[in-house]
Amino acid sequence: MNKDVITNILVCGIGGQGVMTAAEILAQTAISKGYDVKKSEVAGMAQRGGVVTSHVRFGKKVWSPVITPGTADILVGFEVAEGSRWADMLRPGGVAMVNTIRLTPPVVSIGLFKYPDDPVAQMRAAGVTVYDFDAGAIARDLGDLKLVNTVMLGAIADYLPFPAADLEEQIVGRFRARKPAMVEVNRQAFAQGRAAAAERAKAAISA
Amino acid sequence: MSAAVQAKAASRLLLSGNEAIARGVWEAGCKVAAAYPGTPSTEMLENISLYPDLYAEWSVNEKVSLEVTIGASMSGARAFCAMKHVGMNVASDAFMTQTLAGVVGGLVVAIADDVGLSSSQNEQDSRFWGRFAHVPVLEPADSQEAYDMVKEAFDLSEKFNTPVILRLTTRVCHVKAMVTVGERDPRAVLGFKLDAKRWVMTPANAKSMLPKQIERESALRAAAEVSELNVVDAGSDRRIGFVTSGPAFMHLRESFPDAPVLKLGFSYPLPVKKIRAFRGSVDQLIVVEETEPLIEAELKANGMLDVHGKDVLPRLGELTPNVLIPAIYAFRGEAAPPASTYPKIDPFPRPPTMCPACPHMGVYYTLSRLRKRVQISGDIGCYTLGAGHPWNALDSTISMGASMGIALGMDKARSEETKDKAVVAVIGDSTFLHMGMQGLLDIVYNRGNVTALILDNRSTGMTGGQNHAGTGKGLHGEDAPRVDFVRLVEALGVRPERIRKVNPYQLPVLFKAIRDEIEQPEPSVIITDQPCVLSEFYEKFKPYTVVDKDCTGCGNCINVGCPAITVSRTDIKKRGQLPDVELKFTTIDTAMCTGCHMCVESCGPKAIVPAASVLAQ
Repeated sequence: MNKDVITNILVCGIGGQGVMTAAEILAQTAISKGYDVKKSEVAGMAQRGGVVTSHVRFGKKVWSPVITPGTADILVGFEVAEGSRWADMLRPGGVAMVNTIRLTPPVVSIGLFKYPDDPVAQMRAAGVTVYDFDAGAIARDLGDLKLVNTVMLGAIADYLPFPAADLEEQIVGRFRARKPAMVEVNRQAFAQGRAAAAERAKAAISA
Repeated sequence: MSAAVQAKAASRLLLSGNEAIARGVWEAGCKVAAAYPGTPSTEMLENISLYPDLYAEWSVNEKVSLEVTIGASMSGARAFCAMKHVGMNVASDAFMTQTLAGVVGGLVVAIADDVGLSSSQNEQDSRFWGRFAHVPVLEPADSQEAYDMVKEAFDLSEKFNTPVILRLTTRVCHVKAMVTVGERDPRAVLGFKLDAKRWVMTPANAKSMLPKQIERESALRAAAEVSELNVVDAGSDRRIGFVTSGPAFMHLRESFPDAPVLKLGFSYPLPVKKIRAFRGSVDQLIVVEETEPLIEAELKANGMLDVHGKDVLPRLGELTPNVLIPAIYAFRGEAAPPASTYPKIDPFPRPPTMCPACPHMGVYYTLSRLRKRVQISGDIGCYTLGAGHPWNALDSTISMGASMGIALGMDKARSEETKDKAVVAVIGDSTFLHMGMQGLLDIVYNRGNVTALILDNRSTGMTGGQNHAGTGKGLHGEDAPRVDFVRLVEALGVRPERIRKVNPYQLPVLFKAIRDEIEQPEPSVIITDQPCVLSEFYEKFKPYTVVDKDCTGCGNCINVGCPAITVSRTDIKKRGQLPDVELKFTTIDTAMCTGCHMCVESCGPKAIVPAASVLAQ
């Protein structure tokens, strides 16, 4: 692997969805592989149901903690409209991995704004490579909605500069000590997220 | 919580700037630390509180926190105070005189500027305080530097007999980066020694200190000229050299890896000689500073008139690569590389909202019903969100505690149009104790006619639910004396008949209380008494659901503002000659609903029922 190249991952979603945790796991995995890492967080008022992003950057030496627009390798969208909001952060050839859940904010409920009919189609129309799937359904089938986090990390595991197993171990390792009962189900969530992404990528090529 | 607390010396960890500072403070042998929460500074004290062998507290406001640490420093202990930028406005009265008296134990004041305004009411540049108070300013650019510089700051403080400002920004406080940690310096507290000439700032004593302050500043300037915190990175492209400080350095290095850079870690007093020498080594010099042109102006005042800065770069906000690159290319007369390949998609705004079941929603729902009859002076906290949709029930917010004084001013300055409006002040529990009490006392003393709503949710909510003097818990979660708001406002002079405690979930009761009190020709106080839904005191109940066939689409429940309630479908109701009405049929997300019952109170046709009762059918 070439550590001179900086890897930029933008994780986005809504306060309370686990964006920070996912970013932290990515950062810790990169550290375990010997990279220099920086991770920017947005906190404060944003945690109250607002937009949340975390920038994860790693490589031989990382200077700025923020990803410059147009240079993100991977966009992880925990919510579909949020994925579309940050799509322009991707570099040419970058990949957006998006959970298709639609979370409607009060400003839409009261009719001030409209939730777009198909944010994924908008992203595609803009020329972005998007792999979208229902991470919530996978998590629900496995019995715990909190697994969305692991599903989404599994989905990007084949797009990282280190083996998927390293990311999986970083997730599973967190549960091994505290909640060993959750180890197996996290492995399944990771594998199913990975499979869902592979299936979407295949569909995109044949389309 | 942070892994740094357990980490052995020489461990390398991913830490936020705030976590790194906490570790550095502990290692420096600090004995007393105090703060009032404020984004982005809050996690410094939260993390410090986890370390052993050091006293840490949430103070009632920043001024008190600084005074606590001044007392500790006078007593020969190393002391640390943290605050957000606007906190220093509150603390500055103590600071401006303390700087004359100097320190015994090292005193470090960390001020966190919210450059880019992620969660603040202004974007003031705290580096001004160094110039104003004649004290040194250190500016770390990332977590490792924050850790190193806080330790350096304690040494500087004792060496030069001065408090030291550690100037941070959001991009230091809330960015995680690698830090190598060390060991704790086990130093003893010296104890307070009588020295009235130094500690009693009568005019005569203060006058004798003034020349010493000027001498100290000269000595500090000489130290800054040779400090290893001010480093030149020579670079290979001599066309433009940059002078910079703080995290702007990181963005600059990212954007122009070959440019010569003089990075100022010890940025005040400004090492002018060093900068002049650097100026001679490059064709042009640009100062890259967040946010005000302080370095630039001082260089120009020193005769370096060809220095560039804010003529090239924006005066506001962060100087991130996407800002720096086009500005510097334009300065060079070159076309900048394109920013992004893809067009921007802007789906809809997603402003911060109140949480499902937040007790504040009841207050704003009620105020929105009385909208035409009231002027609403607001304050700083989660309840500032009452200014937003759907309530639109907050008319001003300026600074911590200002709701009270501003309400009184509105009351005393009425026009023909506003003479019959009631003036309401809305403030949270923590903010009231921080700076609101004095304003209420002023309302009472000066016979103002204001209805003050104290939204007591037993939490410093917006910053993440910290304890305060009204929660009954201390910084470490231990039991603490709890202020009694009813007795407090009574002691300030509000008549007992005009003080009410109300459950904000009982909308009709709350409505009647507010409507009755705004009719009174004297100060009154309504205290809401339900805890923050994110606090340990909140009790969840079973969720509700909307029976679709009973829902008339009136949309009243939407106006409560709860994020758990969404519109499932809309319809148009024709009313003959009258304008059409849009009907909004709703649904409740049972996973989000905590059964607070507020929306049930708003529903005329009683279509909102316990979810369990529907499942049972």
